[in-house]
Amino acid sequence: MRFSKDHEWVKVEGGIATVGITTYAQEQLGDVVFVELPAVGKKVKAGEEAAVVESVKAASEVYAPISGEVTEVNAALADTPALVNEDAEGKGWFMKLKLADMKELDALMDAAAYKTFIEGLH
Amino acid sequence: MADTGSLKTTPLNALHRSLGAKMVPFAGYDMPVQYPMGIMAEHLHTRAQAGLFDVSHMGQVRIAGKDAAKQLETLVPGDYQALALGRTKYSLLLNDKAGILDDLMATNRGDHLFVVVNASNKEADIALMRERLKGVGIEYLEDRALMALQGPAAKTVMAKLAPGSGEMVFLSIRELKIAGIDVLATRSGYTGEDGWEISVANKDAEALARALLAEPQVKPIGLGARDSLRLEAGLCLHGNDIGPDTTPIEADLAWAVSKRRREEGGFPGHAIVMKQIEDGVARKRVGIKPEDKAPARGHTPVADMSGATIGEITSGGFGPSVGGPVAMGYVATAHAAPGTSVQTIVRGTPRPAKVVKLPFVQPNYHRG
Repeated sequence: MRFSKDHEWVKVEGGIATVGITTYAQEQLGDVVFVELPAVGKKVKAGEEAAVVESVKAASEVYAPISGEVTEVNAALADTPALVNEDAEGKGWFMKLKLADMKELDALMDAAAYKTFIEGLH
Repeated sequence: MADTGSLKTTPLNALHRSLGAKMVPFAGYDMPVQYPMGIMAEHLHTRAQAGLFDVSHMGQVRIAGKDAAKQLETLVPGDYQALALGRTKYSLLLNDKAGILDDLMATNRGDHLFVVVNASNKEADIALMRERLKGVGIEYLEDRALMALQGPAAKTVMAKLAPGSGEMVFLSIRELKIAGIDVLATRSGYTGEDGWEISVANKDAEALARALLAEPQVKPIGLGARDSLRLEAGLCLHGNDIGPDTTPIEADLAWAVSKRRREEGGFPGHAIVMKQIEDGVARKRVGIKPEDKAPARGHTPVADMSGATIGEITSGGFGPSVGGPVAMGYVATAHAAPGTSVQTIVRGTPRPAKVVKLPFVQPNYHRG
C-alpha cells in the first residue's frame, strides 16, 4: 500500500489501483455521512479532485493520488458511508482505477514514510 | 494546527483540553468543536440524556436603570416593557433597513435587563447600545462565564444539584446554587431541548463544569453538535441564516415583532417591517429537506424544477436525530409553501429536495 500527502491510500493489483482515504484521514473527519464518487469511465489525474467525503460538520475533497480511468466505485458507501470510519483502508475503499502510469506510484510514500509524515503534522 | 496565539480563551479552556477536545478558532476564541466522542454521538447524547456546552464566548451585558426596557425597545421590536419580572424574551437588534444586526435574549431582572448576545457581534452590539441607549448603565460582564446544560436529563441533574430549579419554566431566570456554587440560570437554550443557560463567575466556572460533568447523564458537547442540534431545532444562526441584509419578516421571525410594537413603532426599520407584513416579502426563510443522502450546505443554490435559481441554502448539513441531511435557507415566496418540490445544486449536480415546515425535531421545552 502507498500513501499520498493528501491522506489517500493506493493498493495496486494487476494494473488496477484501489483508492481510499487513510485511517488517519477518517479520524480527522469524524463520522462520515455521505460520499460522492466519480462516474465509472471518468479519467482522473493525479492531484485532481476525484471524490467528496462529507462528515456531519463539513465536506472535504478527495484527490486522486494517481492518474487513471475509473473502472469501479464502492457502491456499498451509498447506503453505509460509515464503512469509511469502520474500515478506511479496507471495506471503506472509494474507487478502482486502471493505472495510466505505474511510475506515478514512486512519488507516493510507503507505510513507514506516511507514519513519519502524519507524526510530523502534530 | 492553527495558530492559537491571538485567540481569546474561556475559563474552561484547560478543562476542554484535558477532556481531549479538538479546538478550533471561533469568533476570535479557541473553542472545542468536538470531544473524543465525536459530533454524531455528542448530538445524539444531548437529545437522549444531557450535554454541557461552553458558551462563555457569548456576550453577557447588564443594562441598568429604570428605563432599561424602554431604552432597549429603541433598538429591538420586542415588547420588553410588558415582560414580567424574571422572564426572558428573544429579540432582534435591527438597523434602519430592518436588517438584523444580531439576535439576543434579554431578561427582566427588576433593576436591570440581563442580555446575552452573539460572540461575533458582541463588541458592535455593546458599542451600539452605549451610543444609542440614554440614561442607562451598560456593563459588559467580562468576569462571567456561560455554559448550557441541555437535554431531557438536564432537569434530573438540576433537581439533584440545584434546589429550586424544578420550579422554573421555559424562558425564566433564577439565582440558584448548583453544587453550592452561586449562578444565574435561565431555563433556555439553543438545541430545542429542555435545559438551562448558566451564568457563573469566571473563577467558579471550572468547578461548576466539573460538578455537572461528574453526573453520569452529562457529557461535554462541542460547537459541532451545537450547530447540528440548533439546525434540527430550526433555530437561526446569526451570520448564516439572518444578518444585516435580512429582515424579521423575510426570516420568518414575525413572531418576534410584538403586537404593541407593530402599532406604536419606535424601533429601527418599523415602516419597512409593517410594509412587509402587509404586502408580503419577495423571499422567505424555510426549511429544506434534501430527499437523497447528500447534505446541502450553506451557499448551495436552490432551483425550481425547471432549473431556475430561486434561492440559497444558509445552513445545512447532516441531522443525526433526523438520520439524514437537513437545511434551511431563503427561497422566492412563490416557492415557500411547505411541500413544494425544489432542487439543490450540490457541486453542480441538481438533487431533489422539498420545502418543509421547521423545525425538523419537535422542541422539548418545559413550559410548565
